[in-house]
Amino acid sequence: METISIEGTPKTPTITFDTGKGFLEIKGRSIPENSIEFYKPLVDWLEKYASKPQPATNVNIQLEYFNTSSSKCILDVFKKLEAINKGGSVVVINWYYEEDDEDMLEAGEDYQAIINVPFKMVQVAE
Amino acid sequence: MMLDIYDFYDKMERNNIMLSFKGDITSELLTSILQIMESKLDNLQEEPKIKKKVYNVLVECLQNLYHHMDEVAPEQNDVIRSAIFMIGKLDNQYNIVTGNYIKKDNVEGLKKRLEDINALSKEELKEYYKAVLNNGEMSMKGGGGLGMIDIARKTGEKLNFNFSPVDDKFSFFSLNIKISQ
Repeated sequence: METISIEGTPKTPTITFDTGKGFLEIKGRSIPENSIEFYKPLVDWLEKYASKPQPATNVNIQLEYFNTSSSKCILDVFKKLEAINKGGSVVVINWYYEEDDEDMLEAGEDYQAIINVPFKMVQVAE
Repeated sequence: MMLDIYDFYDKMERNNIMLSFKGDITSELLTSILQIMESKLDNLQEEPKIKKKVYNVLVECLQNLYHHMDEVAPEQNDVIRSAIFMIGKLDNQYNIVTGNYIKKDNVEGLKKRLEDINALSKEELKEYYKAVLNNGEMSMKGGGGLGMIDIARKTGEKLNFNFSPVDDKFSFFSLNIKISQ
């Protein structure tokens, strides 16, 4: 078991994936021009994790901004989590949004409607 | 050079232009523009809600220009690769204007797509966004046609656009986005 991390930049989020604890966090901004390239390693790690997941997998998504180019990649990440959830690990996705940020709340609800994994909407102070 | 710079300045001043750029759109340029605009929005002490909306829409507008460059002219000359971008704030409303060359062959398709988006209600836009998000199609860089839908959704306004004929190969596409407080 290992912890994988990607340090954030002004255009890309910090990603922490502790496979031993079954904990994944995506935090910061996700506005790269080429998101497929950025998200590919994470999608690959999830693929690997899916073969031997922890009994529970907790996911924190705490994004300040994300572009539409990232939104499809985030959906891909969620689809991997959906498969992990079906495969025996209890997955929960915590979707953080700042108070007053209706756009971010709505974005979370869009994913919730598409993905068959329990979502928790978590409001945080600005 | 015959450009009347005062006239140019005066027009920008009257439209309260905060930032404008004309030229080739690179990834580094977008990073700089976004940093400058973020600090300007901070200095104006905008409400976080407005600040986020403007920033988000700005990202989509600029990345539209960026992705469009390669599509229209991977090997073309500098003029065709060039685009224009402006952002201003007038009467508590932000205006983002972009302009870029587009191949004549692509005008009808883009026009139809924008008209289709403009025909949708708020609720229909939400459903359309989810459908496009989930249809599995992705462009090489990930966008997959969500940008314009997202802009329409976040601004709650119709997309205001125009095509000006340039020559037998190209038209100039302009988009004027309003973000009200």
